Amino acid sequence: MEARAQPPRIRDGVRAGLPLAPSPILFGLSFGVLADASGFGSPAAVVMSATTFAGAAQFAAISVLGAGGTVTAAILAAVFLNARYVAISMTVAGVFPGGRARRLVESQAIVDESWALSGRRGRFEWPILVGAGLLFYVLWVGSTAVGTLVGGVLDNPNAIGLDAAFAALFLALALPYLRDRRSREAAALAAVITLALTPFTPAGVPIVAASAACLVGLRR
Amino acid sequence: MSVSWLVVAVVGVATVVFKAAGPVLVGRRELPPRLQALVELLAPVMLTSLVVTQTFGGDEEIRVDARVVGLAAAFVALRLRAHIIVAMVVAAATTALIRLVA
Repeated sequence: MEARAQPPRIRDGVRAGLPLAPSPILFGLSFGVLADASGFGSPAAVVMSATTFAGAAQFAAISVLGAGGTVTAAILAAVFLNARYVAISMTVAGVFPGGRARRLVESQAIVDESWALSGRRGRFEWPILVGAGLLFYVLWVGSTAVGTLVGGVLDNPNAIGLDAAFAALFLALALPYLRDRRSREAAALAAVITLALTPFTPAGVPIVAASAACLVGLRR
Repeated sequence: MSVSWLVVAVVGVATVVFKAAGPVLVGRRELPPRLQALVELLAPVMLTSLVVTQTFGGDEEIRVDARVVGLAAAFVALRLRAHIIVAMVVAAATTALIRLVA
């Protein structure tokens, strides 16, 4: 491992992230548009992109609120979705240099894409993770801001199929996870729980309750 | 509006802590394997529930409407390796078209 002449630098991470740049740009734009169109509020949307910096959870929160769900349900849905970052951050726990404060700041560069990029050479490289994460962060927050300018123009979002766009988004995010049998079983159970509770509980509750489906992970 | 800010604050703080959990709090220790298995399933489970809610959810009822067709169209688009944004546009356009005609 020590044999490599040039360890990667932050700028190598930025460069590594460039091919994926369209993703945070288009995503950020659509988050801004959807957040504003569903009444979440533009400043809140931009601040959320800057502080949460995790697409799926942000979309989940505005989706639950947009459907009339409670603030508790929206928070729990987003928090449960982001709980995966505990597992992800464990895999790179040892590669961050410096003191605790610095590690706290730099660990925020962890998103699915920067994490995946940083591990592509067989071990996790901190400069790649931070460089790519920094690039995605700037693009994500910036394009969210631009998106919110467009969202308010939409009069009746569901007339142009905004609700279905949300469904398609979550489907696209879910599919890569559903490659193994256990994930599929858990997902199927989650779908059943959601459908079973929808007629009887307020919006958002079925989503939070469906998190119980991950208990199939405890089975040997 | 204040509802939005509450969500922003709580989810923001939680996410910062989650991302810092490994590098700051835990160091090189690993999650117990059973907890790891549980956490790994959270994302697919929550996302699937969101798909179902966004497709069939109504005002405390299950509604089957144009959204199903939109989602099916998006699924086909994704299978044809379309970008996520393209799939979203396909879903929205299909659903909007049906609503326009119906």
